[in-house]
Parts: sequence; structure tokens; C-alpha cells
Amino acid sequence: MFPTVPGDFADANGKTRMTTTDSILPPPVGPAPKMRRRRSLAHTKWPVVILFMPPALLIFTVLVILPMGEAAWYSFFHWNGYGEPSKWVDFRNYKLIFKNSAFTKALINNGLIIITSILIQLPLALWLATMVTRKIKGALFFRLIFFLPYVLADVAAGMIWRFVYDGDFGLVAGIFHFFGAQPPFLLANADTAMPAILAVIVWKYFGFHMMLFIAGLQAIDKSILEAADIDGATGWQKFRLVTLPMLGSTVRLSVFFAVIGSLQLFDMIMPLTGGGPANSTQTMVTFLYNFGVTRMQVGFGSAVGVILFIICVTLAFSYKRIFMKND
Amino acid sequence: MSITAKWLRYSASAAGFAVLTAAANTASAETVIKWLHLENQEPVVEVWRQVADEFEQANPGVKIEMQFLENQAFKAKLPTLLQSSEVPSLFYTWGGGVLKAQSETGVLRDISPALDANNNEWLDTLKPSSIAGMTFDDKVWAAPVLNGVVSFFYNKELFDQAGVDGTSIDTWSDFMGAVKTLKEAGITPIAGGGGDKWPIHFYWGYLAMREAGHDGFMAAKAGENGGFAGEPFVNAGEKLAELGALEPFQNGYLGATWNDALATFGDGRAAMILSFESTGRTQASNSTDGKGLAEDNIGRFAFPVIEGAPGLVTDNMGGLTGWAVTKDAPPETEKFLEYYTSPDVARRISAVQKVIPVTIGVADSITDPLLKSSAEALAKETWHQNYLDQDLGPNVGAVVNDMSAAIVSGSTSPEDAAQQIQDTFELENM
Repeated sequence: MFPTVPGDFADANGKTRMTTTDSILPPPVGPAPKMRRRRSLAHTKWPVVILFMPPALLIFTVLVILPMGEAAWYSFFHWNGYGEPSKWVDFRNYKLIFKNSAFTKALINNGLIIITSILIQLPLALWLATMVTRKIKGALFFRLIFFLPYVLADVAAGMIWRFVYDGDFGLVAGIFHFFGAQPPFLLANADTAMPAILAVIVWKYFGFHMMLFIAGLQAIDKSILEAADIDGATGWQKFRLVTLPMLGSTVRLSVFFAVIGSLQLFDMIMPLTGGGPANSTQTMVTFLYNFGVTRMQVGFGSAVGVILFIICVTLAFSYKRIFMKND
Repeated sequence: MSITAKWLRYSASAAGFAVLTAAANTASAETVIKWLHLENQEPVVEVWRQVADEFEQANPGVKIEMQFLENQAFKAKLPTLLQSSEVPSLFYTWGGGVLKAQSETGVLRDISPALDANNNEWLDTLKPSSIAGMTFDDKVWAAPVLNGVVSFFYNKELFDQAGVDGTSIDTWSDFMGAVKTLKEAGITPIAGGGGDKWPIHFYWGYLAMREAGHDGFMAAKAGENGGFAGEPFVNAGEKLAELGALEPFQNGYLGATWNDALATFGDGRAAMILSFESTGRTQASNSTDGKGLAEDNIGRFAFPVIEGAPGLVTDNMGGLTGWAVTKDAPPETEKFLEYYTSPDVARRISAVQKVIPVTIGVADSITDPLLKSSAEALAKETWHQNYLDQDLGPNVGAVVNDMSAAIVSGSTSPEDAAQQIQDTFELENM
């Protein structure tokens, strides 16, 4: 038997949509075939859904929804973490947070980290990525060297740099002593502590972004660059008009990681400065820890957590919607 | 989101680990006393372990497991730990508002039955004031072990070099004069740990004690006379700001930890430190060469009094520390603590740890001259004030620490600082 219409053999999904018996019937009216398809889809998918959905749903509920809900609930209490929360204080914790100058400072610092990432770290990473993807001697070695800081644990990196910055015995002190100058205590000064930390952040994470860019660069079709060569494009023109636009999705992803990384920054700050001096290096998470956890202000800390969550979700979703919708 | 998720993940893995260790524990039918401490100095832990071994030998079937947590981690983890299945049997406590908060939630066990047993056999061996310091709601929530006093320790050589006599510093103006003289002689007057903040709170706390006196201080705690925003506390802040304006601390003190400060003093890079009774030991262990200053090169003087203010030179700020017992700890836990505080054991621990035990009669037999001088100050004290960051609870205490560092570095005015402390105090106690 032959199908009446060749296209009836299979639909876009490759599934046989019409059997040969169907073909001798009058053309279908209304949604009949659609319903059939849904039913067959349901037939094949339900067991999968039943089997695979609960673990994921359970994990998501236990690890994300429940803690979030609990934190939201606790944020309305004055509670030290012992026993059950009982002192309901309405929105007092939230009011206190927005009155707290250290929180404002933390917000500004998180912004600073994002800006530094975008303006310094990503260009640096991109520049180095273009260097080490060239077929030159030692490129692979340098890739490894540049990636090394990222492999290091955040806490270890923080402690190493605390020694480096130490004004008595550190590397910085050594350099200053060599030139006969009085060494500065970068981490002990409210004006220099944050820039010093930003430098460490750039050092720590540029390798990660560089790797992303290397992957992106390798995915670019060489023939396009060759075509540009034939058209007489200069190196800069090739980079600006060919490479960069084709790296678009990688750049957007990189910025996304930088933003999320900034909001989560904690492990490295604690050994470096612990948020001081005078709260000048507080980030949202160190603020949460210093003002919520160590002070046994679980209600207050939960409120910070809720605010952090809202900021994270808003940023992540709007960024994905606006900048990454085609990626 | 990530924080709570992370936290829960940790707890989940911890719970898994707990199940494993619990299974291992039940396999051996022993009573296990889990002893949570935060001592990182090897000799001290060694002598503690010895004491624990002796107790194990005398009490077959009892096993003592020592668990260590670093100071900050301990404070952060304790609330969760005490309410988990991994709860320790006994843990370190500084008394004060934190112990009170813990006692109110039912995670601790009142140890008075053990103290009172056999006609107060154990109770009578301990200083009554130390028992009082661990008592809330007429119940004793921890076995007191040590008490101490914070005072100035100075480098005699550096003082001689500048021509300052440490023994004649009695008043605040004497002290300020000494700081200026040292500075003029090109010597860094004070080692400070501004990064940790609490070392600076000793200054604000002592100044407030001297300005307000015992009665004024108690009135502030009761919310009278403007509380902590009252005149004596603003005055204390002003005096601290004046000291800060002289720039008496080592370079970079605002980023320095307490251990850094001890190293600065122990290396002879600063002439003074306002510190614990155990400074003789800790300045040595933290110093760059591991030896520090020679014992006879260190002098001690009490925090100076302020002319015209009611505070006395015998009003001490200092710790009262001990071991709190948790609700479901094995009954042998109290017995272990009784052994731990018995005179001979206390004397041995004191000799290594350079501390002043509260066990009656032990302080008198201290031979270390520096420690003896602190013990004598304790013996004749008129008021013992616990560290403010413990006494006022973790939240108000942290604000006191923040404000002390802020005043001394000039980033907050004394009035604002006093007001912030009072605001937090009111929030906590409403």
C-alpha cells in the first residue's frame, strides 16, 4: 500500500503520524490527529516522568524550596537559633538591614566586583585566550599556568594573599623594603583593602574565563577568518568584526558567571579581611555570615538570605531573558 | 538561595557521617564522653589528653573523645550542633549571655545535683564567685574552671629605653603620657589586634567600667540613666578616641588578628599589650622565633583609673570559663569534670596552660611570677566583669567590638557609637 501523501510517512519528530488505514479515510477534521499524537506521547512519556521526576523534585524541594521557605519564615522572627522561633517581629529585620551601612557597603562592593570583572577581568581573559590559542611554542604550558589559580581552593588563595599583602613579612613588604620604602598595609586600610581584594579576584578567576574563551575561539570556523584574510582585513579588524561577534554567546555566558560569582563571593574574603576594616570589604554573603551567623541573629541572617535570593533570581532570570535568549 | 542550599547540603552530608559514626559507636558498648574544645596549642591539648586518659583508666568502660573546632567555627557551628544528633557531651563556654541563651532552650543540663552530692563535696572545692558566674535561674549550667583578668603587659627593656616606669602608671593621664613618651622615643607603644575587633573592646570596656563604676554599669544594663548611651559611656568613647588619635598601635593594626598582636609584642616590636593573664605563654608561642620575650622582661600593671571617676583599680575585666554539659550527656561527664577541677589536676593544667583555676587553693600555689601577679589581682578584686562580648550576648557584644574598633580608628564618633550599642541593646532586650 502506498501513502497518499508522501509527507504522511513521518512528522517532524520522525514519528509515523498516519497509518495506511488512515490514508483511505476522509481527511481528518479538527484536532483528531493531534489528540492521537498527545495520547501516544503520553503513553511513552508517563513512565519516564513517574520514574525520573520524583528524585529530582524531591532533591529540589528538600535542598531549595524547603530551606528557602524556612528562611523566609524565620526572617520574620527575632531568633538566636536555639529552640523554636517565637518572637514575631514583622518586617523589622528587613528594616534593620536597609538601615545598616555595612549592608549598603556590601551591595556597593558586589557591584564593584561585577564591574571589575567586566571591565578588567574579561578583557584580560579574552586577550590571553587569543594569545594561547595561537599555534606557538609553549601555548599549552601557559594555558595551564594561567588556569592554575582557578584550581586553588578559595580559602587557600585567600590565605596565600594575606601573606603576600602582609606589611611586615609579605611579598609586598619585601618589594617596598627593596626600594627602601615604608611598606603599606593594604588589607588594614579601609581605602586600599577593597582594591587589593579586587586584584586577587581578577588573579583567581581570569583563568576560568580564559578557558571559556578558548573553547569559544576553537569553535569559530577557520575558513571565515581565512575569507577575511583574503578580503584584506587587518588583525584588529578580524578580531573586532569576526572573532568578537562570533564569541558573543561565550562573552554573555562569561559575564553571567562573573555576576553570579560576585554574589556568592565569601570563601576568599574571610581569610583576607573577614569583611573589615570598618566593613569596607563586606560582600552580601560575608555580611550574612558576620551579622547573622556569628551574632546568633538567625532571623536577621535569614532576612539577608531572602534578599540575596531575590537579587540572585531577578538578576539570573532577567539576564537570561534579555541577553542570553538566543544562546 | 545558594547559602541555605549549601548549608543544608553540608548538614545532609554531616548527618550521613553521623549515622556512620553512630553505628561505629554502638558497636563498642562503651560510654563515650564527647569533649568539644577550641584549644590549638599542642602542650595544652596534651595535658588535657593525659587527664582524660587517667579518667578512662580509673573508670573502665568510659571513653573520652576530644573534638576540636577553631574559635570562630565553634561559635558559628554551636547552635546547630547542640540541636543535632552529633551534640557533644561537654563544650567550652565563656559564660555570660551566650550560656544564658543556651540554658534557656533546654539543650544543657543543670550540674547542681552533682555539685551538691555528698554534702557539697565538689561545690566546696570551687570559688563561690565562679559558681555564681555560671548560675542562671538558680541552676548551674557549667562547671567553672578558670578565671582571669585582662591587664597591661609591658616590655621592660623598651620602657627603660624610653625612660618610662611601668610600675608608676596609675591613672589614665599617666598612661597617655607613657604612650606619648614611647612614641617620641620611636617605639610603637601598643600591639593591637584591630582585625579581630574584640581585642580593642578591652579598651572601651575598661574605660566604661572606670567611667561608670560598678553601680553605673549595672544601672546601664538595667536601662537606667540613658543606658549605654549615657554620659559615662560617651566619655569612655572620647577617651578611646583620644588614644586612637595618638596612633599608638603598630602599623596595619586594623587588619591584625589577635595572634598577630601577640607576635608584635612577643617580637619586641611594640612595648605594651592589653591582654589575658596567659600572655607570658601566648606571646612566646606566637612570636616569630617561637621564644618571644624573656619572662623577666615582662611587667604587668592594671588598667589605669580615671581621675574623678568612680571606677576602682581593683575592678577587673576578665574571663570566667568552664565546661557546659549537654542534656543527654552520659552521667559520667560530671564525674570527669569533678576530676578535671580537682586541685592536683587543676595545678598541673595551670602549670602548662598558664591559667588561674577557680579550684580553691590552687591560685595561691602558682609560682610563675607573671601569672602570680594576675592571680593576686584576682584575689583582691572588688568587681569581676566578664568580657562584654560574652556578658552582653553575641549580638550586643559584636556591636561593642565593632564600635570599639570604629572609635579608635576615628571612623565613628563616641556619641554615635554609644547610641548604636544602646539601640542594639534595646532591640535585644525588648
